[in-house]
Amino acid sequence: MDIKSAQYFNNLEGVKSGIKVTMDGEGMLVPLDSDNRQYVEIMRLVDAGTLTIADAD
Amino acid sequence: MSKAAELAALIGSGQAQGNKNLIINGAMTIDERHDGSSFTVVNGNSRTGYIADRFRVNETSGAEFTGQTVADAPVGFEYSSKLTVTTADASLGSTEFHRVIQPIEGKNISNLGWGTSNAKTLTLTFYVKSSVTGQYYISVFNNAADRTLLKGYTIDSANTWEKKTITIIGDQSGTWLTTNAVGIHLMWSLGTGSSYQSSTLDAYQAGFYMAKSDQVNLAATNSSTWQLTCVQLEVGEVATAFEHEDVTTTLSKCQRYFYSHTNGDTKTICNANAYASNMVFGTIHFPTSMRTSSYALHYTSGTNYFRFYRAGANTDFDDWSGINERTEAGITIYKSSLSGFTAGHAGWLLSINASAHVYFDAEL
Repeated sequence: MDIKSAQYFNNLEGVKSGIKVTMDGEGMLVPLDSDNRQYVEIMRLVDAGTLTIADAD
Repeated sequence: MSKAAELAALIGSGQAQGNKNLIINGAMTIDERHDGSSFTVVNGNSRTGYIADRFRVNETSGAEFTGQTVADAPVGFEYSSKLTVTTADASLGSTEFHRVIQPIEGKNISNLGWGTSNAKTLTLTFYVKSSVTGQYYISVFNNAADRTLLKGYTIDSANTWEKKTITIIGDQSGTWLTTNAVGIHLMWSLGTGSSYQSSTLDAYQAGFYMAKSDQVNLAATNSSTWQLTCVQLEVGEVATAFEHEDVTTTLSKCQRYFYSHTNGDTKTICNANAYASNMVFGTIHFPTSMRTSSYALHYTSGTNYFRFYRAGANTDFDDWSGINERTEAGITIYKSSLSGFTAGHAGWLLSINASAHVYFDAEL
């Protein structure tokens, strides 16, 4: 994944519930769920130090 | 064996019954992601990493491919999936490869008894066509990629449809999951680096391999092509006629793993309500329960791709802000940081750009 930016988002109750990922012309809303392969890949990039996830607005 | 005895054997094995094909979309009739359009393969991408529904393509070398579902198939069929090399890479690194793969859900192989002494034999049939003749391999491996079976086949004539039939014995060892995770990976190699090569054929071995060293590197020459269709994997040692499914059944099977909800201009997304003066939300219900609730919402984004339409006004926006509740059957999505709404007022969400696409990925 060629990720341009990543930012946590909150659900309607204000609880952190996912990561909004922006790529070239595409976006993803990824749940905080280790069964989701995109979430696993995002966290792999974070662990490798190549991606930082911004706090939710 | 007489025809009567052969039929009795087929009935006894379950092969004569419907729903015998463990492969989904084997005739390449469903292409939710591209609808027949050509695209550049991007490894790992939820849209451009698939040549047709359920058929993933992985490209990890310096080569580049385009993919497309095309109206070119053997007699009796309509479509095939085609890969074309647009940038060659004649020298693969040790861990580089190109492949097409269909991961089969464990729940769909629970009757095979793999990993036990009762493991059933399967028969794989498919049609293949390539500009490059020579030796090719398919690989069968488990979820953990620690058990592999390699089988070879040859492409004898360039640019000619050839039918291949391959017997796949069941593995009496290893762990072959029967959950909603991957049970069996079925893979066609199009070029494999040395780290994933093995000379052991026709028998299960520990580890993960994709081909023998004499596997063709399709990407060695620019403009090379490889096409696949009519893929059937069935229980037993007899290859039976391809099972043509009605399109509703095949589409429903595909949508368990990938659901293209809105694609194109002026397409409905869902009914919606203003949650606050600056936020709108709506709930999408899926036509088929997805494999898992752990899917992601994907979308294309651009200036004013989406609209909240309501009485007396509409508000356009570029992308989505978040997801709320989600189950296998549906999801609530929302867009915030807008303005001018009255909380509780209803309307609906739609796309207003030809490139707008909203889809859900629960692929294996």
